[in-house]
Amino acid sequence: MSAAPQVALPRWIDIGLLPIINLVQALIVAGLVVMVIGVNPFEAMRIMAWGAVYDSVAISYTLYYATDFVFTGLAVAVAFHAGLFNIGGEGQAYISGLGCTLVILLLDAYLPGIVLIPLALVAAMVFGAGWALIPAYLQAYRGSHIVITTIMFNFIAASLMVYIGSDILRPPGDMLPSSREFLPTAYLPGVHDVAAWLGIPMASTPLNLSILWAAACCVFVWVFIWRTRWGYAIRAVGLSPKAAVYAGISPQRVIMIAMCLSGALAAGVALNQIIGYHHRMLLDFVAGAGFTGIAVALMGRNHPIGIVLSAILFGALYQGGAELAFEIPTITRDMIVAMQGLVILFSGALAYMNRPWVARAYAMLNRRAVLAEAT
Amino acid sequence: MDDIWLQALSILSATLRMATPLVFCAMAGVFSERSGTIDIGLEGKMLASAFAAACFAAVTGSAWVALFGAVIVGVSMALLHGVACITYRGNQVVSGVAINIMAAGLTLVLGNAWFGRGGQTPDLTPDARFMPLKFPGWENAAAIPVIGPIYSFVIGGHNLLVYVAFLAVPLVWWVLYHTRFGLRLRAVGEDPKVVDTAGISVTWLRYRAVIIAGVLCGFAGTYLAIAQNAGFSPHMTAGRGFIALAAMVFGKWRPWPAMFACLLFGFLDAIAIRLQGVVLPGFGEVPVELIQAMPYILTVVLLAGFVGRAMAPHALGQPYVKER
Repeated sequence: MSAAPQVALPRWIDIGLLPIINLVQALIVAGLVVMVIGVNPFEAMRIMAWGAVYDSVAISYTLYYATDFVFTGLAVAVAFHAGLFNIGGEGQAYISGLGCTLVILLLDAYLPGIVLIPLALVAAMVFGAGWALIPAYLQAYRGSHIVITTIMFNFIAASLMVYIGSDILRPPGDMLPSSREFLPTAYLPGVHDVAAWLGIPMASTPLNLSILWAAACCVFVWVFIWRTRWGYAIRAVGLSPKAAVYAGISPQRVIMIAMCLSGALAAGVALNQIIGYHHRMLLDFVAGAGFTGIAVALMGRNHPIGIVLSAILFGALYQGGAELAFEIPTITRDMIVAMQGLVILFSGALAYMNRPWVARAYAMLNRRAVLAEAT
Repeated sequence: MDDIWLQALSILSATLRMATPLVFCAMAGVFSERSGTIDIGLEGKMLASAFAAACFAAVTGSAWVALFGAVIVGVSMALLHGVACITYRGNQVVSGVAINIMAAGLTLVLGNAWFGRGGQTPDLTPDARFMPLKFPGWENAAAIPVIGPIYSFVIGGHNLLVYVAFLAVPLVWWVLYHTRFGLRLRAVGEDPKVVDTAGISVTWLRYRAVIIAGVLCGFAGTYLAIAQNAGFSPHMTAGRGFIALAAMVFGKWRPWPAMFACLLFGFLDAIAIRLQGVVLPGFGEVPVELIQAMPYILTVVLLAGFVGRAMAPHALGQPYVKER
């Protein structure tokens, strides 16, 4: 409490050391929970780490999960830069699934994949952005708090999708609430398909070409936030809305733009899950990726590179967690959910807990180094 | 005629039971947020408390021990929120989200490891639960036409915690508006600097508010796990914490209006099941999903400022930095 929360520290501490300290803290607490269950935490850790990377199939699964988290992490980060907390990534991704499904259901008999899939992606982005735009409008022009409205919109999206999935899109005779399966023209090729075309044998996994879209989104977000006027406006509003107004920036418009982009980024989940893997609209296909995005963005310090790294970390946790649950049945996959919560706690809510002592330690080491050089 | 009357009474009675956990949580939210601390974590605290209540009830066989354990867990989670938000001045929404996600994960991990029933806790016997109270002479009263069933099934026939919830509302109202503590609590949510200048600790006031919220969430969880149901099941709060949050916003951060919002949302919950497949004249079949989404839609409409104005406490969400 003694040190002011904002002491200037070298960048490598802020974006490198502190996130690692947060991760270690989360791992220690998770390890204690595992011990309470009566399992050796180091053994669990070993199975998890090995399970995420032991062969090309495991790595593919890790990257497949990570793809989702890149999209939702970027979505959270863009809103964060504008000073907005978008908890609605889950709902935005869910509704965007409806957008691409409708386009594909209407057109998959008529259009080739090369036209249909981009069209479906655009529809997904429009739906996702649209779903984010309503809370954005209410925040910008009606003053309603975006945290509350995006939470409400997650639940409204869930109800809407259950209704549409079970009462409208469900093919007659099907028990599960879902749409009909798409025609193969609407399948986004898997990475193993591409490998096969190139003559490289590869086991079939859910990993698909949406990983390229994720990479494109990362580059786009970096350019947009740090190299364009809009990005500048977004960051200005995020740092100080009042100062931004003096600079001639309209915070209202910035809120609309940032949330629009946020929803469109979240739509990538629909590309990965629906067009890339399931090939039909399923209920709850987002499966919490929207919330994982919060942890990913916090750990990745809202920067595309950090987000990619922490998305891969969480992808590895998901894949490794599945292996762990298989090897040690007393630990279920929900451990990963708890782990996410811990990461959000340590790197987000308790962000100012570590900084003062790290700053003191750094100052002390620095002084010693300076003294050593002087003598 | 008599049939419709009994049906209406049964809906009314179900409304009270559905609204009970919402009332506890909404009162928790009122306390926390009136002191200036956002409480998104109601859902997580309630879920963790429900799990704790079910575990303690299963192990000790005592509903009272279960209630005590649930309150301890609720308060611990609340203290974690307090440490993050008040002491370390972290982002209050992020802290709430962390609590929700941790509770969702940990209850399942621990439940699976301890009981091995897919995250469910063992079914409880009636003496380990809070069972419906039979009011004196309820059987004779039920035979009295028209008024009798009101006494037997609407006023009476609930478990203890239902009454505690609805008694908590006037208590919260009294504490907030008619005690010195309540005055200071509201002041700290509006302008902490003024309270600090008067020589009162902002930190300690906010901690007390957050702890009270934890206690109330403990009651809500206990109600869900060992009064309304006979054990814990995965994700059993099912968004009720957020509905309570909505009710609190809908009630404009005041206890009585928040309680009426809880009753409204409880009523929607109670009729949702009964309206399944019912065709309304001129409207067609009402989708159950629409009724389930109604609390959220109503709250958004209210927040949008189309129905009156919902004003949050002025200092809500801002950590207090003492000047030196």
